[in-house]
Amino acid sequence: MLSALLFLPLLAAVLLLVPAVSDRVARLAFVAVALVEVVGVAVLWWRYDDPGTGRLAFEEQVSWIPGIGSSYHVGLDGFSLPLVAMTTVVFLACAVFALAEARRPRLQAALFLALETTCLGVFASADLIVFFVFFDLSIVGMYLSINGWGHGDRARSALQFFLYTFLGSLALLVGFVGLYVASESHTFDMVTLAADPPLQGDGAVGVLVLGAVLLGLAVKTPTVPFHTWLPPAHTDAPAIGSAVLAGVMLKLGTYGLVRIAMPMFPDALRAWAPVLVAVGIASVLWGALVALAQTDLKRMIAYTSVNHMGYVVLAVGAAGVVGSDGGTDDAELRRTAITGAVTQMVSHGLLTTALFLLAGVVWSRHRDYAMDQYGGLASHAPRFAALLVVAALGSLGLPGLSGFVAELQIFAGSIGTVPVSAVALIGILLMTAVLLRAVQRLITGPSGPLSEEFTDVRPREWVPVGGLLALAIGVGIFPRPLLDLIEPAAATVASLVAR
Amino acid sequence: MSGVRIEEVLLVAIVVAPALVGAALLGARVVRISSSNAGWLGAAVLAVMAVVSWPVVVSGVSVGTPFVAGSELGLAAGGPAVLLLPTMLVVATLVLTVATSEPETSEPRFTGLMLLFTSAAALTVLATSLPALLVGWELMGVASYALIGYRWADPRRVGSGATAFLTTRGADLGLYLATAAALAGGTDLSLDSLAGMDGGWRDVAAAGVLVAGLGKAAQLPFSFWLARAMDGPSPASALLHSAAMVALGGYLLVRLSPLLEGTSWAGATTSWVGVTTAVLLGCVAIAQTDLKQLLAASTAAQLGFVVLAAGVGATAAGTTHLVAHAAVKSLLFLAAGAWLHALGTKRLFALTGALRLWPALGALSGAGLLALSGLPPLSLWATKDAVLAGVREESLPLYLCALLASALSVAYALVALVILARPRRPRHDIGLDEEQPGTRAVDARVPIALAPLALAGVVLGLLTLPQVLDRVPGRIPVAPSTSELVVSSALVVLVAVGTGTWVLRRWDRCDEQASASSPVTGLLGSWLHLERAAHTLIVRPTLRTAAAAARVDDRIIAGAASGAARLTIRAARSVARLDDRALSGAVARTASGTLRAAGSSARGDASIAGVVQGVARGARRGGRAVRRTSSSGQLHRYYLQLVGSLLVVLVLVSVVVLIESSR
Repeated sequence: MLSALLFLPLLAAVLLLVPAVSDRVARLAFVAVALVEVVGVAVLWWRYDDPGTGRLAFEEQVSWIPGIGSSYHVGLDGFSLPLVAMTTVVFLACAVFALAEARRPRLQAALFLALETTCLGVFASADLIVFFVFFDLSIVGMYLSINGWGHGDRARSALQFFLYTFLGSLALLVGFVGLYVASESHTFDMVTLAADPPLQGDGAVGVLVLGAVLLGLAVKTPTVPFHTWLPPAHTDAPAIGSAVLAGVMLKLGTYGLVRIAMPMFPDALRAWAPVLVAVGIASVLWGALVALAQTDLKRMIAYTSVNHMGYVVLAVGAAGVVGSDGGTDDAELRRTAITGAVTQMVSHGLLTTALFLLAGVVWSRHRDYAMDQYGGLASHAPRFAALLVVAALGSLGLPGLSGFVAELQIFAGSIGTVPVSAVALIGILLMTAVLLRAVQRLITGPSGPLSEEFTDVRPREWVPVGGLLALAIGVGIFPRPLLDLIEPAAATVASLVAR
Repeated sequence: MSGVRIEEVLLVAIVVAPALVGAALLGARVVRISSSNAGWLGAAVLAVMAVVSWPVVVSGVSVGTPFVAGSELGLAAGGPAVLLLPTMLVVATLVLTVATSEPETSEPRFTGLMLLFTSAAALTVLATSLPALLVGWELMGVASYALIGYRWADPRRVGSGATAFLTTRGADLGLYLATAAALAGGTDLSLDSLAGMDGGWRDVAAAGVLVAGLGKAAQLPFSFWLARAMDGPSPASALLHSAAMVALGGYLLVRLSPLLEGTSWAGATTSWVGVTTAVLLGCVAIAQTDLKQLLAASTAAQLGFVVLAAGVGATAAGTTHLVAHAAVKSLLFLAAGAWLHALGTKRLFALTGALRLWPALGALSGAGLLALSGLPPLSLWATKDAVLAGVREESLPLYLCALLASALSVAYALVALVILARPRRPRHDIGLDEEQPGTRAVDARVPIALAPLALAGVVLGLLTLPQVLDRVPGRIPVAPSTSELVVSSALVVLVAVGTGTWVLRRWDRCDEQASASSPVTGLLGSWLHLERAAHTLIVRPTLRTAAAAARVDDRIIAGAASGAARLTIRAARSVARLDDRALSGAVARTASGTLRAAGSSARGDASIAGVVQGVARGARRGGRAVRRTSSSGQLHRYYLQLVGSLLVVLVLVSVVVLIESSR
């Protein structure tokens, strides 16, 4: 079942490569397959039972490269299922949004379906080689998307994105090989490696190997100071490319933190924890500050991602600070922080996708992201204005939307273990200023030069954005179904780190 | 589900129903409702909720559902909410009724936002845990942003909304901090558990709560946002800045007074901030030349008494003061709105004699101003004295400052009253219609809606009768003594007479332009320059830092990445050059050297020469094979690739070696 869900989009992508398929069929097939994926994940969620420590639900394992102890091993737990669900939702939103795509829609649909398989594969994989293969293929897919369907200086931005993140993935590979070599049984199996961390007690070596892994993940996430590939990549990417890049692919980095770094390197992670906290705080503040100075809507949204991912890194770092009593006393706090981190990944996936799709609406009207060219859109495009306001409020962490649930838990868990985390609270205020300014420049005040003839959102635009926002509101008001999924997994990882 | 009580359902409905109707009205394109119907629908929903709130607060029910981090999203009709919830709902109903009389504020968008705001405010007073409180608290903030910036085409008004929202949200961060402290302190995040914490986390929680409460209650140094908030429609001010929002800042501190008093410092700090605000903002109110600004400053000053009550633990008295002030102030804001609508101005100078124009409105607002002044036996006189009695028990200096603040409240109320009640000027149309064209008419709905508020403003002093006050939730330190009541009454009358005489003389001799020129009135008129200070100290440095950060990000951080890429390319080129010249030269020299050595050894040993020649033949054959595989035939590229792969292997090997050696 899980593998069928994983590879259905890829299969569809291959079929779409047949030139005889018409553009219309290709667009509809994209939506249909993305919808089947959402339904499939909903079924999985319905049937999901918490598998318990060190186990996976819907597990499948097939021998692949036995020579190096790598197998095709996939499965889901409380971290991966929410992210898999979020991924399918983001791709469905993109599929609907792309219904009017005029440039090579067949190839774009094929590319994005293949990309969906790679992204789902990263979240579902339980083997480091499988993880790495999907991870790198997703980079290739995104490169093709920016280069093939982007605008502006797209070739350069795409190449920069590719080289930067590919180099990061090489660092990741070095770390994986280190784990493999150090493991008793010479394996890449993630469940085995988490159950018996090979570099435990190895001091400097574990720290070095985890350093390589963290470097790779930091580039992908991205955190300060490895974030500079992000703004150009977003600015020049097509709307749905940006949506997938920010909504899904940034989580590949932070997911690696909770899936690989925390359970497989417990004592090394504790050594790196202060660095993670510092990098998290720096990303929160730096991302928000630089976003405040942007005049280009899409660059601004890109920098808000640096801020939002900074909260995740901060929470992971704080959860790695284990008290002298072996972490029994602060286990509740660390669990809360990790739960918040994973909630933030889901929440950011929904909200930033909505924001980037709305930026795509702006671009499609006048080919210009400069916010001061617009203004007064509340009267020209009231539905667009309403969607933008809700998305912005979600992004600034307003209660009633998912971001608040995430950030409150991150801070509630982090400040108790690492009081200096409170400095990052300023990020909340800065983000409020950032998003209020953007909303005000675009939709209030007198009309700008480009506000005239700004057509309001069409159904294929407001349906996906509205759907994403409805989900964000759902999580914001009724967080328990999501948290019930995440909390056991977070408690497990919190105890694993304290080993 | 047989265990669900009807009161529990109603309790949830009080929060949910206005939110749902409000959201539907905001999507008015969907529900297609006409403007006047929207306003009446909103008022009706709130009226029903106000009626429903009585059985709910009488039963004292509570409900809850699990939320984040082990806390509950809970509602309970207990504590100060018993009085505040009905007050708020009644005021909101009357305000929406008045709002239907003006085209702008009867739009579905206005009604929808007011309903959302009321829902958030109801959640705030009913919340049982910090996360639940924070939800209502912040939603209230954003609803106020939308209401203040209601006329969104005007950048100044939208900016005022942003000022209010950013300032209060900055203070709200205190609640995030308090939540974190409460979790770290081992509580279940419920409001009742906070005072029971011990150790440093209790101080952190108290500090966070204090900052958040002071921010919402527009106390110093946050007061300036309230001045900007006056750019919103008057009905919005009538609810936000009397019975909710600002009032709920005071509510939070009253509700969590045990937490504040449990620390060594927070109670005293709260009291002093409250009394300082009451004094300074009282002075600010006297210096205002705009009726709404005067009322706003007096709101901050009156909330100062509530904050003072929270600081000294006179929480029951603080609650009664909140309720009485809510009635009086919403009445006055609605009256100011009615005059603005009719006369097109809210400047005091231009409103001279306005009280006489529409007698019913004039009488009601006159009663409101008298109540605001603290004239015995009207409501605010009694509730304020109940607070003062608690203060005197706590500290004499605090009590004297609070007496000064009461004197100031008489003064600003009398300034407004005397100007508004004077006979109209001979040239009575000066300054009219300067903000908007006035209609010269007051709708009949206004006095009807104002009448219950005025009645409450007159009689709510009854709340402080011992028989009643005992049943108000909260602590009552001591009842005011007769001598205290006499002293405060005498003070009120003296100050009232003094102020009245002063205003009459001043207004006869000069107009406001002349009086506004002195530095003191300038300072007071501009709300102590607090907004300018916030801009100079916080906003502008932040924006400058942001611009600098963006430059650093573009030039240095992004520059470093692309610089590294450029360096790599340059290094690759020079390696290629080295490869072409030095390396191939060296290879050639080595080869000729080898040949020479081989020749010499061949002379020495023919059999070795045979081997060497064999190796050379093999190498030649290998070289040819390499040349065949390298498509370009340029061997230096091949070398470069080789060097590259060797480096990768080297890194991997060194990792392996490191790991193996450390075992």
